[in-house]
Amino acid sequence: MFDGRVLLKQVILLFWPLISTWVQGAEKIDSCQLQVLEMLSSLGSAGGKSAKPSFVSYVTPEEIKSEKEPSRKEKHPDLLPGEVVFCSASTVLKYTQDDLSQRGVFGVLLCTNFRVSFVSDEEPTEEMVRTLFKNKLYGENDIPLSCVDNIYGDKRKLITGGLVKNKYPSKMIIHCKDLRVFQFSLSFSKEEDAKKIFQGIVHHCLEPKSLRCLFAFSYCENTSPNRKCVGGLFTKLLRKKQTVMFDSVEDWTQDMKRTKGNCRVVSENSNFELSPKLPQYFIVPKNVSDEDLTKYQGKGLPMWCWSHHSGCALFKTASIPLVQEDNVCCRMLTAVAHNHLYSVKTEDLSDTLPTVQDILLSYNKFKQFFLIDNTTEFWMSDMKWFSSLDNCGWLDIIRQCLQKAVEVVESLEKENTNVLIMEEGGSDLCCVVSSLVQLMLDPYYRTLLGFQSLVQKEWVAGGHAFLDRSNHLHLKDKVESQSPVFLLFLECVWQLQQQHGPAFQFSETYLTVLSDSVHVPVFTTFLFNNDGHRDSLLRAESPHTQRSPLNCPTVWDWSVQFDCKAQDLFTNPLYTEKPKQDTSVRKSYRPRHLRQLSLPSSAFKTPPKKGFFKDEADNLKKILGVKRLSRWMLSPSSDSPQTSSSVREFYEAWQTKPLDYHGLLLPCLDGPSIRVWMQRYLRWIHDVQILGGGPVAMLSKVSEILGEVQELQRQLDRHGCTLTSNHKGARPRAKTAAAVIAARSSVRLSSSFPFVTSRNWAFKPAIPTSLLQSLMVTGMPGNLADREDDGGPESLV
Amino acid sequence: TKFSQLSSPPPNFFGGASRESLKMEPLADCSLLPGEERIIDKDIIYICPFSGALKGKVFITNYRLYFKSADADPAVTLDVPLGAIGRVEKMGGASSRGENSYGLDITCKDMRNLRFALKQEGHSRRDIFDILFKYAFPLSHGLLLFAYLSQEKFEENGWSVYKPMEEFRRQGLPNDKWRVTFINANYELCDTYPTILVVPFKATEEDLRKVCTFRSRGRIPVLSWIHRENQAVICRCSQPLVGMSGKRNKDDERYLDLIREANGTAKLTIYDARPSVNAVANKATGGGYEGDDAYQNAELVFLDIHNIHVMRESLKKLKDIVYPNVEESHWLSSLESTHWLEHIKLVISGAIQVADKISGGNSVVVHCSDGWDRTAQLTSLAMLMLDSHYRTLRGFQVLLEKEWIGFGHKFANRIGHGDKNHADQDRSPIFVQFIDCVWQMTKQFPTAFEFNERLLVTILDHLFSCRFGTFLFNCERARDTNELRSKTVSLWSLVNSDLSFYQNPFYTPESNRVLYPVASMRHLELWVTYYIRWNPRIRQQQQSPVEQRYIELLALRDEYLKKLEELQLSDSSPNSSHLSNSSTPNAASPTQHITHLHTPF
Repeated sequence: MFDGRVLLKQVILLFWPLISTWVQGAEKIDSCQLQVLEMLSSLGSAGGKSAKPSFVSYVTPEEIKSEKEPSRKEKHPDLLPGEVVFCSASTVLKYTQDDLSQRGVFGVLLCTNFRVSFVSDEEPTEEMVRTLFKNKLYGENDIPLSCVDNIYGDKRKLITGGLVKNKYPSKMIIHCKDLRVFQFSLSFSKEEDAKKIFQGIVHHCLEPKSLRCLFAFSYCENTSPNRKCVGGLFTKLLRKKQTVMFDSVEDWTQDMKRTKGNCRVVSENSNFELSPKLPQYFIVPKNVSDEDLTKYQGKGLPMWCWSHHSGCALFKTASIPLVQEDNVCCRMLTAVAHNHLYSVKTEDLSDTLPTVQDILLSYNKFKQFFLIDNTTEFWMSDMKWFSSLDNCGWLDIIRQCLQKAVEVVESLEKENTNVLIMEEGGSDLCCVVSSLVQLMLDPYYRTLLGFQSLVQKEWVAGGHAFLDRSNHLHLKDKVESQSPVFLLFLECVWQLQQQHGPAFQFSETYLTVLSDSVHVPVFTTFLFNNDGHRDSLLRAESPHTQRSPLNCPTVWDWSVQFDCKAQDLFTNPLYTEKPKQDTSVRKSYRPRHLRQLSLPSSAFKTPPKKGFFKDEADNLKKILGVKRLSRWMLSPSSDSPQTSSSVREFYEAWQTKPLDYHGLLLPCLDGPSIRVWMQRYLRWIHDVQILGGGPVAMLSKVSEILGEVQELQRQLDRHGCTLTSNHKGARPRAKTAAAVIAARSSVRLSSSFPFVTSRNWAFKPAIPTSLLQSLMVTGMPGNLADREDDGGPESLV
Repeated sequence: TKFSQLSSPPPNFFGGASRESLKMEPLADCSLLPGEERIIDKDIIYICPFSGALKGKVFITNYRLYFKSADADPAVTLDVPLGAIGRVEKMGGASSRGENSYGLDITCKDMRNLRFALKQEGHSRRDIFDILFKYAFPLSHGLLLFAYLSQEKFEENGWSVYKPMEEFRRQGLPNDKWRVTFINANYELCDTYPTILVVPFKATEEDLRKVCTFRSRGRIPVLSWIHRENQAVICRCSQPLVGMSGKRNKDDERYLDLIREANGTAKLTIYDARPSVNAVANKATGGGYEGDDAYQNAELVFLDIHNIHVMRESLKKLKDIVYPNVEESHWLSSLESTHWLEHIKLVISGAIQVADKISGGNSVVVHCSDGWDRTAQLTSLAMLMLDSHYRTLRGFQVLLEKEWIGFGHKFANRIGHGDKNHADQDRSPIFVQFIDCVWQMTKQFPTAFEFNERLLVTILDHLFSCRFGTFLFNCERARDTNELRSKTVSLWSLVNSDLSFYQNPFYTPESNRVLYPVASMRHLELWVTYYIRWNPRIRQQQQSPVEQRYIELLALRDEYLKKLEELQLSDSSPNSSHLSNSSTPNAASPTQHITHLHTPF
């Protein structure tokens, strides 16, 4: 697997005398040496094949049987409403990841209609019970069925559904979509049980199934919709207002009014008469006629996303089949152009952004860096980390999406032209780009409710095919359509948040949890391909009359997963609400964007934009004949250096202005600025936990002081003291208490907070073995490395 | 006083984009440093890599090069201590064609290059070139370094920060196993060591002299740090003079065994910072490493850290990909190909191993070839991990004075202060690399250090500037000969006169905590705010938003507390007990600095 392995072997042989004395002489073999020993033995026997550590158990199977078998009753996890156990096996060994000795705990492995679950034979210690950040649906040893990514058998052989007959592996490795890795040994269980559980897990996790088999349906039938959590700070915050679901005319009308848009709300599809693929309600430019609505089942219809305060707006559309293109395209473009000043730019995202397949391929490579089941391999790969990261291209895809969004922002903000983005289907990269544009331009979407509403508007109502993209059902014909597009969006949001922390009301933890929730098959949010699909299924599955469809929770009902304390970690202690303006001034207050870029055009020496936006000039010129258009549609050559330099100038001009977290926000796209989402990807890897460190160390101090300030405020309020107006702006509103509690309790925070609490870990640093380090020597240039520090050239060896 | 804080430039200092730079008055109006004198002014064109050619005026003093653009708005300014200049070259000739092709090319030691263009007629650059060449490299022209000309006065005297005896006493030394020796009082034992050394109690002066003959440049193993509880020690030294024939020295062997014995450690661990190949190769020049037959009770571990030449080339490559523009395509692969972070990783993981051994109660000896480059990195980083005192503002100064300055890291050779020979093979950014390692640690443990990033950048700026005596000369002996402490000002005078500027508001003292950073590439990052700080596109926030918010909240809390106190005084209401509770734990937090912090920006 590794080219380096052969090399490594040579290095080891070279140093063998040294190592052997070193190891023999050592009184206490520490972890680094163990690692070496292990590698040596594997290299010696397997002759360069992948290292397979020999299993060391501290209890023999006989002991287990005699001691535990008779007295034990079947253990279950606390089953959820509607949850049914399919099969189980006892005496399964779960390896503990944070230990090279390959030790583990014994317990029962179960497969239910919701999850794969491991219940340890050991009584849970009190500490484990009090885990701060506990998901109510599944615990740390549970894997929701749709969260299972891959299953590997002996010798890391990938298990695919069809291959399992009567065999079962002695060791089973499960890689999860939330990047956890589980390793189970089945060799201590009864053969019958082991076979059953293995086949059960493989069947329920990998084989095709129907949507009705997803847990959501049996769960919802057995729960009442009334799950309220009282008193939580976070829920209070949510209760004041609700996430806008965009499932009614009012929601759409309100959002358009909020942005002062001037388009037409379409309710003709409320029963999906126009097309089941179109949203139930949507907005189109004023000039779109009734006839246009019905004509092409929505293809080519410009759907309104957001209006800029200048009057121009962002639209998205599914590209039109070529045959019909001419006629419809022109009419639609005209309609968009008429929205504001007869200007329009179109951008076919399929031309300039990676395809959904590219995204999947890249992510599949990327995620492998974090699915660690072998510490030795992890450290081996550490030296090549940056180039591996570069080669998988994931960060570059993130950068491209952000850059495209900035381009669109520039058109809206600087040039005040309408923008129409399109792609086939119109519900993948269109969603990514349009949501990012709105996050950058509109501070409302950077609040918690705003963000949730944005996801509802652009993704859920917008018809992103969540079901096909996640392929929860493992349908063979949908393998091609699988792609982590929504995750890509969250990644981009994380980048923005990382660069401009105080601008967002929600925290990094919120984004991480949201990305995990996609794989919990309980929420209607992520189970369907579009409004029509959702509607028809929920109606069909309803046990009652046709009037009331099945009542399933959306992901935004966070109390389904987390208690109030845990939900408090979703807010960002750095966020401050925008200072309220005096009512007297409010009348004249129109632009929400304090940071406009209406610089005199002489300030930039922007060369006239050369149409990186797809050239529609010919058609448009005929129809509109407006001068304004020809300016940026001069040459159809789409050269990206031009684009990026223009984007850079736009960024630089923005950067020179004072930063307003409630105004326009642009991401820096330079190499060092696009980073890996550490919390999401590194949280489960023990060797890279920074104990007592990481950004959380700072944030918890902020939360702590915030708590104190809030307490003082309450006391002052009790005294009836009105704070002077200039303090009101700075008055903190974000409510975060859990972090404070964590900081004050004995839990030592680590960089993977809140997902892992570090209490149980031995305080021993991870040391990359020095043998691995010497691999690097070969990579050194020339003979510099051989030279003496101060010897001068004559002492070259 | 404006200039006293100039060490780290204001944000966007360099770019056309700066509002801050507007605040800086032209040199003509602003006070020079005491002792600073103007040498020449000249109309010139600065070819800014970010904003293009800018007409303006350059001022050269005996301390700095200062440029202010004439017509750009906002004005672009440059303020470069001459000490930061590594190389001055003429660019183009009198007959060169092309606009702005005739002028000067300046390579700086602080990760930037400067280009100036002049009129082609009348040898217009001759005078400025000569002056720059003379004053940037005073030692090559028989002139004094600016530190010897400076007349600066500060409230604090930085030279009193480090008193070796005091520091040893803090560690609980001497004790019944370790004694202080003055054998090197006149630098007779070892001319690159400090005068006060701590050695095993049982080792006689005669023993020390004998060991001295077997260690490269007489740098015998001496104590650097002792663990209060388990009495394990970090000793440092240079390589043993084993040579091709594999010489042994009974005295040296016995001496190392005395170190082991001192706390009853069964095995002494010797960390050789070099890759083993290099250690072997060193035998050819008379050096080598401790063979295991000769040192029965010791284990030898190689830490695979490369030499000064490798580090120099690595940083050069890094400069290539970040200045003037950040490499665009395949940034990460380019970064990897410089190996800079890889070296950082090796140094940190070496120090972790040292710290881990000590925590486990085993004494260690650390050396490389001469024991003044890699050894200093390892011992000082390990001490930073082990001893929270060194993570305070003053403790960190002590650490630098002790492990780097006192034990003879060859600052003069490595930096080349005032020396024109830019290609000198002795130059190497070892100390920069160490400060980078410290920065990585502060990044991973944002609440564990009393000082902030500003201190680290200031230290690196004055590593080159020659404004202070702190980093001048190779060893204590040379400093004595040149009367450094009486004739120059210490950098710590500047720092300690304005401590709040360098304080980390998040600092939470935890006295007995050992810090183990994660030495994985996953967590190491390029120190953008140092290496790429000249690029205006890299947003230079004076304070991180987190810090800003924290300070705001601290101020708000104080205000509310005050208001509440007033209210309670007037109300004489009884519920004050709870309040005093919530405020006391943070009484030590740096609230009093908030007001200060606003002014410098």
